[in-house]
Amino acid sequence: MSVQELEKIFQQKIDQEIKIEPKDWMPDAYRKTLVRQISQHAHSEIIGMLPEGNWITRAPSLKRKAILLAKVQDEAGHGLYLYAATETLGTSREQTLDDLHSGKAKYSSIFNYPTLTWGDIGAIGWLVDGAAILNQVMLCRTSYGPYSRANIRICKEESFHQRQGFDILMVLSQGTPEQKAICQDAINRWWWPSLMMFGPKDGESTHSEQSTIWKIKRKSNDELRQQFVNMIAEQVKILGMTLPDADLKFNPATKNYDFGEIDWNEFWNVVKGNGPCNKQRLETRRKAHADGAWVRAAAEAHSEKRKARAAQKVA
Amino acid sequence: MNIRLTKYYYGDIPEEKGGGSAAKSESTANWPLWEVFIRSKQGLDHKHVGSLHATDAKMAIENARDVYTRRMEGISIWVVESKYIHASNPDDAEAFYEPANDKVYRHPTFYDLPDEVKHM
Repeated sequence: MSVQELEKIFQQKIDQEIKIEPKDWMPDAYRKTLVRQISQHAHSEIIGMLPEGNWITRAPSLKRKAILLAKVQDEAGHGLYLYAATETLGTSREQTLDDLHSGKAKYSSIFNYPTLTWGDIGAIGWLVDGAAILNQVMLCRTSYGPYSRANIRICKEESFHQRQGFDILMVLSQGTPEQKAICQDAINRWWWPSLMMFGPKDGESTHSEQSTIWKIKRKSNDELRQQFVNMIAEQVKILGMTLPDADLKFNPATKNYDFGEIDWNEFWNVVKGNGPCNKQRLETRRKAHADGAWVRAAAEAHSEKRKARAAQKVA
Repeated sequence: MNIRLTKYYYGDIPEEKGGGSAAKSESTANWPLWEVFIRSKQGLDHKHVGSLHATDAKMAIENARDVYTRRMEGISIWVVESKYIHASNPDDAEAFYEPANDKVYRHPTFYDLPDEVKHM
């Protein structure tokens, strides 16, 4: 069969909402786009453990420590589901990890911002995980089977993350004036970077978007961002806090919240590696991988020993 | 002037926009890939849930517990090295499943019975 015919059958399946599975024929560009997107998603889960991980020992109570530990553990699991999905497309785990450690592969820029106070852990759960959930709920319906299944699994676990974040902020918002200030400050610093998580404005595009035709993505950046703003603008009232945007206002005509202009220079600067923590995050990640080398070596040696012992018993 | 604008999606930043060097780290040994099957409760089948890398079956089961049963999702785990799984070929699907395609009489709904017939 010619490539044109195969492409036609492939697109027909997509149009009929039939999922694409690993062994099915797919265009090279579809495979490449998926490998890039899924591995970036995976790296985001892994790097995302760092800003929160450094608060596990400093969390204000044993309960909060246990919860945060469980959350960070979940992120590791999410990374694994996604790495496994990448592997179904024919790239090795080593290659994917090497691309992260070399700086070639990207991850969500949000994790290049620092976590300065305990309030930041609340803001990450509420805003950052909240934004991620909107995206991941959409991705549950993505056209590639393994990626869709990974997102379904992730979404099941992720909703606790957002709730625990809101819970942290709730407690702070009802505390001393100092604690209230910590809460507002965290919201102020995380609000705009969270909006940037959805990516550039739809208007920046003039040519047709392949990811939409392939149904990898099913909603536009601006659609998701608006959904997020509408959601958070209401929730922030329950906290008795404000969002740092003077232009934020409900528009009765569109039934949406209008909001101010995002600083795209900042966005591209952080993507290009000049964010507050880009260098530190990658170094920490590389160090963690290098420090774990002996554990991997020991695990291999241990399994070799077990194999040898089992062989001896048989003999 | 030929300017091409591209739309970038969240979670999909194109490679050429990235900074960073291309220094390559040393690669770790390739641990085999395992497929994980979980029985969620007594009486149900084991169901495929995903895959992971491990040096041997014991490690695969322990890692599967940590990754796939953190919320009591299972009471029994099977792991099998992915290389031992043989699969039908999706390209042959049409011919392969063809024999079942024209045998509607294998379904109970094929038989049109009078309404008076009960419990059948």
